[in-house]
Amino acid sequence: MSRLKILALLPLAAALSGCDYVVLAPAGDIAAQQRDLVIISTVLMLLIVVPVMALTVLFAWRYRQSNTEARYEPEWDHSTALELVIWSAPLLIIVCLGALTWMGTHLLDPYRTLGRIHADRAVDQSKAPLEVDVVALDWKWLFIYPDYGIATVNELAAPVDRPINFRITASSVMNSFYIPALAGQIYAMPGMETKLHAVVNHAGSYKGFSANYSGAGFSGMHFNFRGLDDKGFDAWIAQAKSAGGALGRAEYLQLEKPSQNEPVRRWGAVDADLYRLILNMCVETGKMCQSEMMAIDAKGGNGHEGLNNTLPLTYDKYARRGAPLGPEPTFVAGTCTPDAPQGQTTASIKAPIDIAPLTGAGLKRPTFTPLKSSSFFLGLRPKSDS
Amino acid sequence: MSPDLLKLIFGRLGFESLPLHEPIVVGTFAVVALGGAALLGGLTYFRLWGYLWREWFTTVDHKRIGIMYMILGIVMLLRGFADALMMRGQQMLAFGGSEGYLNAHHYDQVFTAHGVIMIFFVAMPLVTGLMNYVVPLQIGARDVSFPFLNNFSFWMTVGGAVLVMASLFIGEFARTGWLAYPPLSNIGYSPDVGVDYYIWALQVAGVGTTLSGINLICTIVKLRCPGMTMMKMPVFTWTSLCTNVLIVASFPVLTVVLALLSLDRYVGTNFFTNDFGGSPMMYVNLIWIWGHPEVYILVLPAFGIFSEVTSTFSGKRLFGYTSMVYATVVITILSYLVWLHHFFTMGSGASVNSFFGITTMIISIPTGAKMFNWLFTMYRGRIRYELPMMWTIAFMLTFVIGGMTGVLLAVPPADFVLHNSLFLIAHFHNVIIGGVVFGAFAGISYWFPKAFGFKLDPFWGKMSFWFWVTGFYLAFMPLYVLGLMGVTRRLRVFDDPSLQIWFVIAAIGAFLVLLGILSMLMQFAVSFLRREQLKDVTGDPWDARTLEWATSSPPPDYNFAFTPVVHDNDAWWDMKRRGYQRPLTGFKPIHMPSSTGTGIILAGLATAMGFGLIWYIWWLAALSFAGLLVVGIGHTFNYHRDFDIPAEDVIRTEDARTKLLAGAK
Repeated sequence: MSRLKILALLPLAAALSGCDYVVLAPAGDIAAQQRDLVIISTVLMLLIVVPVMALTVLFAWRYRQSNTEARYEPEWDHSTALELVIWSAPLLIIVCLGALTWMGTHLLDPYRTLGRIHADRAVDQSKAPLEVDVVALDWKWLFIYPDYGIATVNELAAPVDRPINFRITASSVMNSFYIPALAGQIYAMPGMETKLHAVVNHAGSYKGFSANYSGAGFSGMHFNFRGLDDKGFDAWIAQAKSAGGALGRAEYLQLEKPSQNEPVRRWGAVDADLYRLILNMCVETGKMCQSEMMAIDAKGGNGHEGLNNTLPLTYDKYARRGAPLGPEPTFVAGTCTPDAPQGQTTASIKAPIDIAPLTGAGLKRPTFTPLKSSSFFLGLRPKSDS
Repeated sequence: MSPDLLKLIFGRLGFESLPLHEPIVVGTFAVVALGGAALLGGLTYFRLWGYLWREWFTTVDHKRIGIMYMILGIVMLLRGFADALMMRGQQMLAFGGSEGYLNAHHYDQVFTAHGVIMIFFVAMPLVTGLMNYVVPLQIGARDVSFPFLNNFSFWMTVGGAVLVMASLFIGEFARTGWLAYPPLSNIGYSPDVGVDYYIWALQVAGVGTTLSGINLICTIVKLRCPGMTMMKMPVFTWTSLCTNVLIVASFPVLTVVLALLSLDRYVGTNFFTNDFGGSPMMYVNLIWIWGHPEVYILVLPAFGIFSEVTSTFSGKRLFGYTSMVYATVVITILSYLVWLHHFFTMGSGASVNSFFGITTMIISIPTGAKMFNWLFTMYRGRIRYELPMMWTIAFMLTFVIGGMTGVLLAVPPADFVLHNSLFLIAHFHNVIIGGVVFGAFAGISYWFPKAFGFKLDPFWGKMSFWFWVTGFYLAFMPLYVLGLMGVTRRLRVFDDPSLQIWFVIAAIGAFLVLLGILSMLMQFAVSFLRREQLKDVTGDPWDARTLEWATSSPPPDYNFAFTPVVHDNDAWWDMKRRGYQRPLTGFKPIHMPSSTGTGIILAGLATAMGFGLIWYIWWLAALSFAGLLVVGIGHTFNYHRDFDIPAEDVIRTEDARTKLLAGAK
């Protein structure tokens, strides 16, 4: 009988031995601390879960109908002492767990710069951390190394024991940047930047992927993360440098188009401003950057002249594309003139007024005078600075 | 015909919208069409249409509406579970270069539909159905506060389900995941009809859910029989009250967030777009402000069912009634303070994350208290292992595991490594199947004899129980393991061959659950055939404690010939103990609401409007909207809303019961 049991367990054992519990045995200090929290919290909760399960089985068995030996007290329904235990035991555990959570969350905040690279090693302040800019594209990962002037697709490398500062964004939809061996995940979102600080302690090749469903090519959206010693990392950089090619705005716009299961690609040079442009969704020439738009908005919209700023925005990639009842073409009463009673419609402008970056100040002023009546609709406006 | 005219008449609907190139869908359609034709033919042949229309479709009787909700839930369970099987099959096969048998276009619809259907059209109808059936009986009422509204709510829920089912054969469903996060769900990235099906199915069904929530709150607050103070209400009624408060407070948020999304999609606003000041994260916040309470909307009634079942089958008062009630109320309130734990990893600061993590953990305190209360209800009881009690024990053992992994996920640094992984999938199936589904099954087997006058067949019930429980563990424990290996959710193909064994085990588990579902259908069929042997004439087959067992099984249309008076929170137990005598004389005519077809007509129009909006068939949408107004206003002029059951009918019904009861002794 017992032999049969062992035989039955064999496939299970085989399955268990071949597995890589990367979350429980990571290669980076941050992920290791997160793993510790997983285990400590589980043990804390088992303190109450195990007794509850044991009592459930015990009571279910002991007070079964056929056991007439057991006491039966149909009217017993209250005990202040028991109630106190019932409420306070979980409370105590949650107090402990809550304290642990507060500390752990702050210590392991992905935005926080690293305080140590390993349980017994502090950060070497003489060495600068490795900066990596991460962009989630449809459906591949772009990594830009601003300090080295190189970029790669679907391959990431970092020297062992050197802190890595990730700045993370996305081009189109939400993804989540996750290398289980290195550190917990963080979302990659278009027009927004998230950060992650981590360090890898052991050389090796690890899996990285998107942990948030992002469309048809999601399953193929994974990459290799390589922890290398300093020499190996330098060689890796040199390899990318020698790959040649330059990733500029035009190349990025090509790369950004949806594609699946992309192989590793490398560029020896990269536009230094590219990441900022991606983050601000203005890689296309002539499109206003989000940061500029926000700066203008923060100043109250630049008054009447600011109107002109909104027109180039209709070049935006996805806005107002195909909405069946969408407002196209749009015009603003303030731009109506006797020559153009419909106003200066967005449809009539086929190209940006000025190819130079649209910072508001660089725009041509409107060349018409608004109608008197329209100023009635516009009401009293603050005088613009000009 | 000119393309313009075609477009005017059919919107974007055309022959290419029919998924004729998807063999799986075509096969399904053939089966559904044959089955549907057989059903319709059968109904026509046996001349059942009139009966169905008069007695069921137009009924305002809360009991029949409750039963129809349950049927809807079980039918949709078959669809949702078929999706689950397809996913398990795909993930089991797609290894070592194999693409499996589903392409991304199909697979992504399957997991989206699975989530949407299971939550909105399986769990919700099952829970609502049980509340609808049981609550008025438990509080000694003759019906809900607004009987017509109840019928309307049900048909709106059906309307939503019809739209989801239509998406299978006409066009396609969303490929966005069950919560349809923008920007993926916005028009730029999902230009086709899938997300529109999603939006309008949920909007139509959401009206039903909200109205049914209002209805049940009013019922519980206003229609309790004399003597039933709030602190004498049965625990199931308490949990129903809290659930419906949650529904009324949270579903409007869902309605609004979907309305904003449809504005983005239809008229080009920028609420959730990437630019123009839109914020996709706002959508994520809003939808989880609905979504988290939704979890408790589902599980609270299940808690109520377990309370009733434990106390009945232990033959003992519920331990700690007061703390049970307060625990429920505390959960209700706290469920609004935890939504952010669904996206710790979206970059909130450490203090925000800690706050939401800790509030989430605090919920486990009242939940733990409930667990102990059930435990001490069993303590010094005499436990009878009928099917409802078996589900309860399975729940208690399963739910603590799900609760534990839930609290683990509430620790933000732990969530950073487990979020969106299969560990998370295992967690929420652990609580939803272990809590809600087991609860619904306990409720079904517990109240079935009340609804139909005969018990369910225990053999097939136990088969179903064991298949479900072992199937559940086999299907989801491997997912915990895979989550710890860093495997994320919604993947269609895999590279690492060492993972395959776990997906094979999970698929075997899913297959066992299939056997569980089939056994349950078998159980219904066998019980129906053996209904004479399984008959219960007493109306109280379990020696139970609450008021619904004081009347006959099935209860008469009017529920209680005389409104009961309550002195104890185990009202019926108290009545039995004090030697309650059923009144045999003095019956009076009983005032009851009349049936009306308005609900089904309104819901049909709303569904047609949804269909028109999905396919840009503007004339259809406009016409149905106008129809909605006309029929809705027209109904306010319907003065034939009520009637009196004559005293003679009441006497006849009650005399028949007297005879039955005498025969039983």
